[in-house]
Amino acid sequence: MLLIRCPYCEEERPELEFRHAGEAHIARPAPITDISDDDFEGYFFIRSNPKGIVYERWRHIHGCARFFNAVRDTVSDKFLMTYKAGEPKPELKGSSR
Amino acid sequence: MSETYRLSSAGRLTPARTARFTFDGQSYSGLEGDTLASALLANGVHLVGRSFKYHRPRGILSAGAEEPNALVGIHRDAARKTPNVRATVQELYDGLTAVSQNRWPSLAFDVGEMNNIASPMFSAGFYYKTFMWPKAAWTKFYEPRIREAAGLGVAPDQPDPDRYGHCYAHCDVLVIGGGASGLAAALAAAETGCRVILADEQAQVGGALRFEAGARIDGQDGWAWAQEAAVKLATMDNVRLLTRTTAFGYYAQNMVGLVERVTEHVSAPDAAAPRERLWEVRARRVVLATGAIERHMVFADNDRPGIMLASAARAYLNHYGVAVGRNVGVYTATDSAYAAAIDLHKAGVKIAAIVDVRDAPAGPAVEEASALGIEVLVGCMVVRTGGRLRVSSIAVQPKSGGSTRVIPVDALLTSSGWTPAVHLFSQSRGKLAFDEATQRFLPGEYAQDAVSVGACNGTDDLASVIEEAVAAGEKAARESSGKKGKPVSIKAETSENWTGGMLGSIPGEDSNAKAFVDFQNDVTAKDIRLAVREGMRSIEHVKRFTTNGMATDQGKTSNMHGLAIAAETLGKPIPQVGLTTFRPPYTPVTFGALVGHARGALFEPTRRTAMHSWAESHGAVFEDVGQWKRAWYFPNPGEDMHAAVNRECKAVRTTAGIFDASTLGKIEVVGPDAAAFMELLYTNPWQKLEVGRCRYGVMLREDGFIYDDGVVGRLAPDRFHVTTTTGGAARVLNHMEDYLQTEFPDLKVWLTSISEQWAVIAVQGPKSREIIAPLVKGIDISDEAMPHMSVREGRICGVPTRLFRMSFSGERGFEINVPADYGLAVWEAVWAEGQKHDAVAYGTETMHVLRAEKGFIIVGQDTDGTVTPNDAGLDWAIGKKKSDFVGIRGLMRPDLTAKGRKQLVGLRTRDPKTVLEEGAQIVADPKQPVPMKMIGHVTSSYWSENCGHSIALALIADGRARMGERLFVPMPDKVIEVEVVSPIFFDEKGEHLHG
Repeated sequence: MLLIRCPYCEEERPELEFRHAGEAHIARPAPITDISDDDFEGYFFIRSNPKGIVYERWRHIHGCARFFNAVRDTVSDKFLMTYKAGEPKPELKGSSR
Repeated sequence: MSETYRLSSAGRLTPARTARFTFDGQSYSGLEGDTLASALLANGVHLVGRSFKYHRPRGILSAGAEEPNALVGIHRDAARKTPNVRATVQELYDGLTAVSQNRWPSLAFDVGEMNNIASPMFSAGFYYKTFMWPKAAWTKFYEPRIREAAGLGVAPDQPDPDRYGHCYAHCDVLVIGGGASGLAAALAAAETGCRVILADEQAQVGGALRFEAGARIDGQDGWAWAQEAAVKLATMDNVRLLTRTTAFGYYAQNMVGLVERVTEHVSAPDAAAPRERLWEVRARRVVLATGAIERHMVFADNDRPGIMLASAARAYLNHYGVAVGRNVGVYTATDSAYAAAIDLHKAGVKIAAIVDVRDAPAGPAVEEASALGIEVLVGCMVVRTGGRLRVSSIAVQPKSGGSTRVIPVDALLTSSGWTPAVHLFSQSRGKLAFDEATQRFLPGEYAQDAVSVGACNGTDDLASVIEEAVAAGEKAARESSGKKGKPVSIKAETSENWTGGMLGSIPGEDSNAKAFVDFQNDVTAKDIRLAVREGMRSIEHVKRFTTNGMATDQGKTSNMHGLAIAAETLGKPIPQVGLTTFRPPYTPVTFGALVGHARGALFEPTRRTAMHSWAESHGAVFEDVGQWKRAWYFPNPGEDMHAAVNRECKAVRTTAGIFDASTLGKIEVVGPDAAAFMELLYTNPWQKLEVGRCRYGVMLREDGFIYDDGVVGRLAPDRFHVTTTTGGAARVLNHMEDYLQTEFPDLKVWLTSISEQWAVIAVQGPKSREIIAPLVKGIDISDEAMPHMSVREGRICGVPTRLFRMSFSGERGFEINVPADYGLAVWEAVWAEGQKHDAVAYGTETMHVLRAEKGFIIVGQDTDGTVTPNDAGLDWAIGKKKSDFVGIRGLMRPDLTAKGRKQLVGLRTRDPKTVLEEGAQIVADPKQPVPMKMIGHVTSSYWSENCGHSIALALIADGRARMGERLFVPMPDKVIEVEVVSPIFFDEKGEHLHG
């Protein structure tokens, strides 16, 4: 079981308290009605799913209930860092996008 | 039968403490401290099982967890029949009952043995090649027969009556393995005062010191030192010593799974004790001291009962005081088997010969054997063995060729060297490195905070092992806890040499011989060569084709042999062929241990409403809706479900019905931007909804499909009382929180789940207002003051209420929300009033029928995640002037606006009494060939007593353009003709709503 650091609670808690919430840094376009079908497809359906560094959202659902972002290596399954929602995407060596 | 192979001069068990047991019905006697295996051997029993595929007679190979052969069933009572227990691990207790497996009619005479005679047919991949045709016969005929014939023990057929515990533990240093290295590391770490857990799979710590007679530690016998160390550790407050505890899995971030066998060794277990305890240990540092596993020699007919690992025979002798034979042969490629021969010789057992494949073995052990007068045949190999149910002879031939000499034996000890037990290291995702000099895989790069010490780290000499372990224990303690203790000094010496050996089989052996690599899955050296010849290049393919290493022992004795033979056949070095991946569990773990308490009533929570006890005492039949128990219907005496539901349905439309709607999800949306937030999350307009009014809201996902629905009341300009579907409560709140926290964080809104806080009593029917009128205070509930779809706050029965005028039945109706603690009292008061008006209590089935009569959808039943508001006939619920809401862009997608989408319609059967099956497919032409073109399906279907005919809702392509059309529902036994109609079957104009 992974230990995940909640950036709001500022401590590591067991994976059981969290729920994965998909890829991070995919902002809802505004105004959403103006975007093309292709852009909507890219926004809603297409995900990167790389081998290696991923940016993903988690929710501390059985804790403070906040959504936050995490950087994880899918090869080692290690969390490299977690940070609050809305904070800029950190650039890490080896990240694919 | 008496223990004729027990030696009074050897072993550590107490002769006076006997234990009776049976094996296949025969009674035997053993000693306390025996394993089942040692007790059987003490009685001269070697034949304990039949092999998996060929049903060959098999004996006891090892004295530990790596055992591939000696699998038995342990029966305590009718419900406690544990299959596939390793006799080498099962501790003896008085009254133990063991049975052999995979044989019929008896162990000595097994009909399945004809597989052995026919074995040229059963080469590797045989099943895949032979049972291919006809395809359908695989699942119906071949597989069940093969599974019956090949197999292990029989699973128990009754529910497991035992309890299993789960524990979580944290420590600075977890030491896995209580042999010399593990004890030394634990002592060093514990001395600093940091928190230490030491786990060992055996009943007593000591590991290889159990048989290693030559070891001296701190001036005393190695085993005695180990027991003293255990006593010392057990008395320290900062140490938890767990014996009979296997570390089976090494998971992320130093979480290690341990399983502790609490009562498996006890004759009459304490009923309060769990059978096993699962430990989930989170350790700052892990010290792996898992030792090494001896390998057998690979040669023709090396699987006869009586042929065993040299170290096992030593353990049976030095610890259990059991001679594994009276005339014992040894076949080896390494020095360590000499020690077994020497120990047995000194105990008075005749050593027939030591056959050593090495051309010029040398060293103290070899010299001592010769000095003792034991015949040593160097540069020779065993080319075959004799005997059926027990080995009776070996045939020895020089490797260079020449004449064969047959030597009678009643047991044969073999050793081809030691394989470091790197299973847990590998599970931790550490990278193994192949050491050319010693031809073994050792821990290389670590992925977690762990360190390996002793034999599992390739350290062979006892003095070096202890030194390495002490240093590692101190370092682990210092780095994990920052603590330092006084230096620990342990002095060790041994005369024994554990290095050397060989992998695979000896070149030049008979290519048709059955030289077993993997005993448990009956894989021979020939099978592995065949796999390579047939094109398997990767060891992963060889493994799956031959099943080498895939049995319950996971190839602990066989993997390296298999790899070496594959590498040799491929002509590649071993590291290039690669090693298969080690995965948890290290040894089999019971389902009970993994499941723990989470079964039966504790599998998941049961949610009951505040009025549950009333429903129960009024005869309700309940149904599960998610975790909720909901009253399904309330049968009167003598009524079946059909009659009860018909009566309830009629009553609601003629007088009134009272319904427990407490399970509805409820969310309070509060804040200055509450209306703006509602505009974004629901399709409907909310800004202009007056305080005190309600609206039916539709929630979409961003892709435009219906996600949830429910009635929303506006209690104040900044306060909405939102209801969701029963099953949707949690995910709707998650969906709202997601958008609020991450997409619209500037909105000043707070979301609160209030599902549990409010009990909901629905009163529906023409008399509903009269029923509640005497109970309500402070609210004018006249039609003029409180029309359909309005909400008021006031009091009922003296307690606060949020009173909704709304209807899911199509009748005039109220939903009384009261604080959950008052739910039952208010319900009883409403019920008492209802009795004056012939009201009934009704359940979820009637609720479903009534809403279907009105064409109201249930999200998740009439929608399936691909239904748009337009498909469901809910276009009116979309705010046409809104510039944004979740799903607005999704609704514009070409596919969602295209023609031919499935739309919600009603269906009437030609025969009004026929009730369609929900989920049934609909076709336009029942005479078309199969597979037919299916144009839709039935989503809801009921008998409607109010309509006098069956009713159904369906999603049908272009459904609304098909009104009046005849369609067909093909069923296995008939075709049902239906007519497409409006989904509103009852009171189409909605006059009932207003009384």
